[in-house]
Amino acid sequence: MKARNLIRVAGVSILKNKMRTLLTMLGIIIGVGAVIVMVAIGAGAQGQIESQIQNLGTNMIVVTSGSTAEGGVSLGAQSVARLTVEDAEAIEAQGFLLAAVSPVIQTFTQAVGGTGNWRTSVLGVDYDYPIIRDWDVILGDFFDDGDVRSIRREVVLGYTVAENLFPNGDAVGQQLRLRDVPVTVIGVLEAKGQTAEGLDQDDVILAPYTTVQNRMAGRQFVSQILASTYSPEDVPAAQVEIQQILRDTHGQAGNEPDDFTVRDQSELAEAAQSTTKIMTLLLAAIAGISLLVGGIGIMNIMLVSVTERTREIGLRLALGAHDADVMVQFLVESVVMSLVGGLTGVMIGYAGSRAIASATGWSTVVSLPTVLLAMGFAGAVGIFFGFYPARRAAALDPIEALRYE
Amino acid sequence: MTMDTLHSATNVIEAHGLERVFEMGSTRVHALRGVDLMVARGEMIAVMGASGSGKSTLMNILGCLDRPTAGSYAVEGASVEDLSNNELANIRNQRLGFVFQGFNLLPRTDALENVELPLLYDRSGQRLDTKGLAAEALGRVGLADRMDHDPSELSGGQQQRVAIARALVTKPSLVLADEPTGNLDSVTSLEIMALFQQLNSQGVTILIVTHESEISRYTERIVELRDGRVIRDEPVSDRHDAQKDLEALQGLELVGVA
Repeated sequence: MKARNLIRVAGVSILKNKMRTLLTMLGIIIGVGAVIVMVAIGAGAQGQIESQIQNLGTNMIVVTSGSTAEGGVSLGAQSVARLTVEDAEAIEAQGFLLAAVSPVIQTFTQAVGGTGNWRTSVLGVDYDYPIIRDWDVILGDFFDDGDVRSIRREVVLGYTVAENLFPNGDAVGQQLRLRDVPVTVIGVLEAKGQTAEGLDQDDVILAPYTTVQNRMAGRQFVSQILASTYSPEDVPAAQVEIQQILRDTHGQAGNEPDDFTVRDQSELAEAAQSTTKIMTLLLAAIAGISLLVGGIGIMNIMLVSVTERTREIGLRLALGAHDADVMVQFLVESVVMSLVGGLTGVMIGYAGSRAIASATGWSTVVSLPTVLLAMGFAGAVGIFFGFYPARRAAALDPIEALRYE
Repeated sequence: MTMDTLHSATNVIEAHGLERVFEMGSTRVHALRGVDLMVARGEMIAVMGASGSGKSTLMNILGCLDRPTAGSYAVEGASVEDLSNNELANIRNQRLGFVFQGFNLLPRTDALENVELPLLYDRSGQRLDTKGLAAEALGRVGLADRMDHDPSELSGGQQQRVAIARALVTKPSLVLADEPTGNLDSVTSLEIMALFQQLNSQGVTILIVTHESEISRYTERIVELRDGRVIRDEPVSDRHDAQKDLEALQGLELVGVA
């Protein structure tokens, strides 16, 4: 049987039963649509997390006090040596691989000025903190080395703080009071968005660490030391370098465990990525199950269709159709139905993920490989679930089939 | 096609000693017990018999839908016993035309496409203008003006005409009709028999399986089966002309109405 005739026979049969065809395809439409939407959400989340990790700053190394729990022994935070500004200075002075080093002194306070009050965290940092965090100033300037040495009362506002205290965008040059200390706003940072944990990174005020240390009461110790290397390849070596410098500075003996922790972003990135990967897989599995259910729907309808059209099959066999012609006709029918259903599902899934993106603000990504995979899977479902009914049709005895009531 | 012998050139069908045994569990049913049958080219023949006589079984074997348990069978001199299912399908497609009692037209498919159906399975590659051939066949049965009608829009007689056109469209060597008038009233039955007679006069070989002796009167020869054996094989002595009977019947009806 020629391919043209074959497609025609199958097409005619599909078109002549529009309602049945539509109901049959519905399962595949929903299945493929679900796959597209679910994977789009998963991929969107993954992309967002990746960009957030990028947001933290490239080549960044984080030093925190206290050791990681090793061998089941975790030392209490209180019993551990604090990181100090001197540690940061030692790292900066001795580290060859490091492009920038900044201590981070964190304190919480009420900022008064502009349109009113804003409770936020104040980070005392060095002048090269924006380089480490890959964070640009969009208005005004960041404080420089001289400002830090001179303990100037100058601050740079995170985007959220600037927006709330100075909604007119005139923050630069304005006065603020932090714990009764008057400070001048010299710049505003670009918006960085939320962390993977949902914390607003822009709800922050940056000040020279010297100013925070000397002018403001409260926590005086360094909560973190941030550093960055010139290139990503240097990160592992730089970690070792920092470890040596700190052990020397802290005077630790050879077999003593570190009383600090040096981490890079890759661990965080890996953890976040594996989490979203699992989420994407889970979503895809759920969607895949619905596609499977759609396939069973196709098989069900095709089996009914074979029974319903027993006489037609008998007639076709009597008029000279080979077994293979009948089999291929039914296979083509189920494959065409699942592919058309798949295509419709892709369009609905695409529209659905756009709708979800605009309704929830999540980012969704519909990628070509996903579309091709979903279509391929739909086609495979058509072949797999169409095979048994098609074989049953082809195996009919024309004499019996013609007599079938 | 080439003919093996002069004998087979004149005989469309040659069957010798056909036997067909059905195994039903432990019992064996002999549907045919040695049937010989020759059908010459251009003949119009009726195979008769009560139900259970084996005429349906014979029809299935002659139609290459079934194989005999024993005996030999040749269509146009070509023996079919050893052919595969697909080769049998090709013989059905190219050399045989089928007309069924229940018409067996595809629903929601117009007359032209119904007639075209056998050509879609043609493997000779010589029947490419499927629409043209289908239209021509519909013209031969007098339905040139009904080509785009669905079966549901046609009367029983017209549906059977479409089915006959479908049987003719491949220009078969033999048309096998299984109770072709079984679902039709007497006037329409006569119309169909008149059509068969007309086609036969144009050279189409026709074998009609029927249990009605009124129908067999319009053929040239009657073969009667009973219990799987041929008990009668003789020419029809008083062959009727269906067209004349039809006119007479319609005249009677007119008188009756008046």
